[in-house]
Amino acid sequence: MGLLSKYDNPFENSNIIITSVDNLLNWARLSSIWQLGFGLACCAIEMMATSASHYDFDRFGVIPRNTPRQSDVIIISGTVTLKMATRIKKLYEQMAEPKYIISMGSCSNCGGPYWEHGYHVLKGIDRVIPVDVYVPGCPPRPEALLEGLMKLQEKVRHQSIAKKTNGVPAKV
Amino acid sequence: MTTLEIFDKLKEKFGDAVLSIITDKPVDHFINIAPDKTDEICLLLRDQEEFQFDSLSCLSGVDNNDGTLTSVYHLYSFNKNHKVVLKVTVNKDAPDVKSVANIWLTANWHERESYDLIGINYLDHPDLRRMLLPDDWEGHPLRKDYEVPEFYNGMRVPY
Repeated sequence: MGLLSKYDNPFENSNIIITSVDNLLNWARLSSIWQLGFGLACCAIEMMATSASHYDFDRFGVIPRNTPRQSDVIIISGTVTLKMATRIKKLYEQMAEPKYIISMGSCSNCGGPYWEHGYHVLKGIDRVIPVDVYVPGCPPRPEALLEGLMKLQEKVRHQSIAKKTNGVPAKV
Repeated sequence: MTTLEIFDKLKEKFGDAVLSIITDKPVDHFINIAPDKTDEICLLLRDQEEFQFDSLSCLSGVDNNDGTLTSVYHLYSFNKNHKVVLKVTVNKDAPDVKSVANIWLTANWHERESYDLIGINYLDHPDLRRMLLPDDWEGHPLRKDYEVPEFYNGMRVPY
């Protein structure tokens, strides 16, 4: 207030924001995580329910894309058979960095109800691709999937494009 | 027409290829037939006026746990409204059964599934290959003596 206000709040009432590149980039990325529409089994129904109007994925910026080349996240929803696992690995390799995996449901976390006798079930998708967020449930409720998505957004929020000094490469 | 009447009519036509009829079990009565004459018997059952079994409802493979495999056929006639169950039993080390895929087209995929999971080899099948499991899978999983493999293509299979 007063004579010195233009030094205290120089940008008040104006349209300039000061932030860091990391913050801006991470905010942009987490607000528009595009998913590869990849529903395998029953969890796909819950994923569709999450995308529908009651729980709405779109307000988080998540829209389904048909090709892995244009998507940021695969939500592996449903039982992963060994026959499908080779195809999922190929799709994962076709995605561009930065890419994330959400493992939705019990079957893709750890094999689910087929852990004991399933001779053709892959016991957990993390045996072939690296998973970022696991969402438990059989199937998880839409609110649980949304919480999983928000956890992924938290992870994205703390990324950095600067190289870390301990030799760990940053996600660009 | 009951199963017993069908059995009698088939017996006088084919003789030794029609083996027996089982009526004392608490299931549908079924007729045992020989594996090498399966397609001839089934062609007669489909085409002859008094049978007219134009629909194969189901074809399944069974592992009997005593060294034999069985292929089970459920036939139904829409015009005559009767049904019959046929069973063909073969040994596990020579599981050859004549295919009926040229008689009822639905048997094409049913026999592929039976071959994939139980391992019954259908002779003269137009396209006998695995359907549900990957093409390079080894073994027939629904047999009683099947063991889960340790690795498949680099992925660990057991829990």
